[in-house]
Amino acid sequence: MPRSRWFAIGKEPPPRVRLVLTFLSFLLPVALWALISYVPWIWHPLIRVNDPGTVAWFTPGLLVERAVFAEENAKVVATPDARVATGERANPVFLPPPHAVARALWTAFATKPVLKGDTWLHESLALSIRTIFWGFVISSLLGVPLGILCGAYPPFARLVEPAIDFVRYMPAPAFGALAVAVLGIFSAPKIAIIVVGTFFQQVLVIANTVRRHDTALIEAAQTLGARRRQLLLHVIVPGCLVELYNDQRILLGWAWTYLIVAEVVGVSSGITFFINQQAKYRNFDNVYAAIILIGIIGLVTDQGLAFLGRRIFPWQTRQPSRLRAFLALLGRQGGSNA
Amino acid sequence: MSANATGSSSSLDYRQQSPAVAERFKKLKDRPVVLEVRDLTRVFPTAKGGEVTALRGLNFHVHRRELMCILGPSGCGKSTLIRLLAGLDEPSSGEVRLDGKPAVGPSPDRGMVFQGYTLFPWLTVKRNVMFGLRMGGMESDEASREALQWLDLVGLAKFKDAYPHQLSGGMKQRVAIARALANNPRILLMDEPFGALDAQTRAQMQTHLLEIWRNVDVTILFITHDLDEAIYLADRILVLKAHPGEVQELIEVSVPRPRHPAQSNSPEFLATKRRLEELIHPRAEPTSQPMEKLPIIRLTHAGDDVE
Repeated sequence: MPRSRWFAIGKEPPPRVRLVLTFLSFLLPVALWALISYVPWIWHPLIRVNDPGTVAWFTPGLLVERAVFAEENAKVVATPDARVATGERANPVFLPPPHAVARALWTAFATKPVLKGDTWLHESLALSIRTIFWGFVISSLLGVPLGILCGAYPPFARLVEPAIDFVRYMPAPAFGALAVAVLGIFSAPKIAIIVVGTFFQQVLVIANTVRRHDTALIEAAQTLGARRRQLLLHVIVPGCLVELYNDQRILLGWAWTYLIVAEVVGVSSGITFFINQQAKYRNFDNVYAAIILIGIIGLVTDQGLAFLGRRIFPWQTRQPSRLRAFLALLGRQGGSNA
Repeated sequence: MSANATGSSSSLDYRQQSPAVAERFKKLKDRPVVLEVRDLTRVFPTAKGGEVTALRGLNFHVHRRELMCILGPSGCGKSTLIRLLAGLDEPSSGEVRLDGKPAVGPSPDRGMVFQGYTLFPWLTVKRNVMFGLRMGGMESDEASREALQWLDLVGLAKFKDAYPHQLSGGMKQRVAIARALANNPRILLMDEPFGALDAQTRAQMQTHLLEIWRNVDVTILFITHDLDEAIYLADRILVLKAHPGEVQELIEVSVPRPRHPAQSNSPEFLATKRRLEELIHPRAEPTSQPMEKLPIIRLTHAGDDVE
């Protein structure tokens, strides 16, 4: 691709280049991570002791700062019968190398819980997904109709939105203690936190989307004989359905953010519990594996919904989902190879 | 009225009608009045607390199956007028009557075609045409049959399952016409419907519209700023003047029907056009923006002349 193409405003690169860029988008951070992990002279601020020598407090496998290591060895050299400690440069324990995380992704599912009452990873994930699902469904059942109402009818917006704007600024976790007091310690308060975190934003976001509706279409519908309720159901709602759907996709992402705080309310559970537990055992490869899993679930859900959206809304032309573009490209290349 | 204002290059008065044309107008005026506009005035409040009169004291009426064009310079309130007629806006005073009854608020008996197409992007072409029928409570099957007939009329039956974004501008506007006609409106209001189309498509659409008008029992009120379009289409042209919008003249177009594009060189056409030009672009009167006096500095090399 010529250099000028990179900085041409609003110009999409050709499909093949797009695909490569999408891969690079994931590959570059991983490459950076691998670079830091596997090239010994990049970063590696610590030394892992192999042979403690005559340094009294060193043990094999211990991680010490490079400065401390050098200092101790310098002290040892000064004494008779000295044997200096040896070791190799290492990264802190919270930065496991990619292969360890990759392995953990595999083994995390196969590893038995350490303690009784701990959960398998897939159980944690299932619980988290269930919490998100119910939180989001309940929030949407209330928030979407209310948002549409506010967007379509200004008096409702005047009545509802100021209060919602006020509550919106209260952080959802602040309701944690209250939720536990009212709803107990298990799933209910967690779902409630997600509802609180999502609902208020949802009403405002949906209302704004509905308000942006093309008034020309409403007027056209009026000259065709559509009346109040018909206008709402046959013009306003279908007219912003695509945008509402995309809003919901974004809001679902926010719900995941609230999941992490929701799951420490009452009895800690789900993927957050798994992450905290593994961090306690200093199994940071498992921690990364779990975080990456959340990312993968989010990405797959979102792209799946985008793909589905293209099916539900055949009239929309903008922004094909990445998954669809990818499949289309594979199909095309498969076709040209055959 | 000084009909000889343009000099002696043409002897034909735009008001002079051949016996056939005069006979047509006599018959036209014998037909019942569909739309009647009485002392229509619309005043808008300005941001500074003042008032702007967009339309003042408009009076005219449209007969059944007449095709009337409304012509005027920009700012004469053409769009305000058509919005008032469609019921999308309320007059400050005066009234609009349809078939002798006051017409208030939007209604399917005053169909409208907008310049911006305004097709529903989430509906197929056929369902767009069905929209008004369905809103009126017609069963889906019957509405579908009727919609197909209207699509046939505008030559788009093939595209019944396409979505609006797949159509060209001219096709979209044909769908919009079919959609408005499907409701059997008493009058079809058209707000510069071909304004966004290229010259060739526009000419086709004009011919097409005349064809539809000939075959369908509909009265048309057509807004335009294009003089040739107005003369080609209209029985009568209502010329508005700007600031405030008022009726300047109601011209009976003396060009005989059926119309065809070759008539644009006929003496009647040229005489009418000259008259319209006088009204829309008055010669003697110094306009608000003296275009000839623009202070343009020469920015090319000496001798690098293009004309």
